[in-house]
Amino acid sequence: MPHDHDDHDHAHGHHHHGLSPSGHPYRPDDDTALSRFQVMEIALRELLIEKGIATAPEIMAQVERMDARSPALGARVVARAWTDPAFKARLLADGSAACREMSIEVDALKLVVVENTPQVHNVVVCTLCSCYPRNLLGLPPDWYKARAYRSRVVREPRAVLAEFGTHLPDDVRVQVHDSTADMRYLVLPARPAGTDGWSAERLAELVGRDAMIGVTLARAPEEPAPA
Amino acid sequence: MTAPLPEVVPTGFPPPYPTAGGRFRPGQAVRVRHGMALGHLRTPFYLRGRVGRIERICGDFQNPEELAYNHRNGMALTLYRVRFTMAEIWGETAERPADTLDAEIFEHWLEPSDAA
Amino acid sequence: MQDDFDTGRRWHDMGGLPGGSIDRAQHDFALWEKRVDALVILCGNKGLFSVDGLRRALEDMGPQAFEELTYYERWVSACAQNLVECGVITLDELNARMNEVAARGATYGEAQGHGEGGAS
Repeated sequence: MPHDHDDHDHAHGHHHHGLSPSGHPYRPDDDTALSRFQVMEIALRELLIEKGIATAPEIMAQVERMDARSPALGARVVARAWTDPAFKARLLADGSAACREMSIEVDALKLVVVENTPQVHNVVVCTLCSCYPRNLLGLPPDWYKARAYRSRVVREPRAVLAEFGTHLPDDVRVQVHDSTADMRYLVLPARPAGTDGWSAERLAELVGRDAMIGVTLARAPEEPAPA
Repeated sequence: MTAPLPEVVPTGFPPPYPTAGGRFRPGQAVRVRHGMALGHLRTPFYLRGRVGRIERICGDFQNPEELAYNHRNGMALTLYRVRFTMAEIWGETAERPADTLDAEIFEHWLEPSDAA
Repeated sequence: MQDDFDTGRRWHDMGGLPGGSIDRAQHDFALWEKRVDALVILCGNKGLFSVDGLRRALEDMGPQAFEELTYYERWVSACAQNLVECGVITLDELNARMNEVAARGATYGEAQGHGEGGAS
């Protein structure tokens, strides 16, 4: 099913046909019937521009800034922490300051990094809405914003983790973080065994988005990379 | 029956946010107030009336209950991260009583608790 | 769930309620959705309204909107409401412009203006 992605191409340069840079299909956009909410977006954008509140390039730049954020940023931070103990100490002490060291644009983000250990497994949720460390991970996945995850993970985190294929030993305490106010949370997963001597770049490939939310672990070197 | 309150595990690092000011100290037992409000607030219902311990002081922030209505000149309030056991929150139906949950709660939603 | 007037529990405050299995299907966002996101962030940066104001409007839209509208359909509505509330636009302006936009064409691409705000 061919889509016309002219608009995407204007905004972001060329892409593979039908797939975004992350390899997922685009939602249908300008080739389906115009919705009332699309009309509202166009109207608001035009009014804000006409009133001098925002400019078209500013809006486009913000779209591109958000598009450039992906779990790869968080993975770089995690891999650095795995390979640089002093950085890890700074990251756990003040996540935002440590990310700034790596020239990651954290804006007003108050980042709290929580470390998985042999005793504790961390998992993050926002039960009241869908707060998420978007500067480090990009926009949240749909399930993070949906009722099932938000309702259940505070009550039955182990059952939820099991749905993601994560089974924890009995002697590990699960620590749930409900992002109710101004902090945002990033899980620092445990470094997989069998990675001694790996570079930070190579290690970062083992760190997926879900591991930094805490619903999975970092990928073991013997596990196949996700498609 | 509820499990004992978790001791706050020191991270071994200085707390990331200022610890001056504020009524409560890390490790202190606090109870989340019951509240009755249909406006915007950030204290989840499932924690109201529950006792936990201050895990850390996050700093001072504007009150979301005011910001939501565009009142911007209120006093900043101290925000805490409070740790609860699943047993305290869910009682006998807890999936694993000794598992824990942290949430950020503003000072005006907390009161001292006698829990040891 | 609806707001509960006896307990003060609101519909969006869902921690601990029963929920079904987690649907992990995902897709990227369409351009119009990314633009909504950008408008909300820019309005926040410029001090027009806060993320709390956005959330409050989303909550006040109620559970039916949560179940029936998509994420950015709700966001664009809440953004519009906050802009009216803070006096940046009037409802009259918004409605007039929406009528004008809708008359331009049948698709999102066709409805872009040809001024500086639209696609070239």
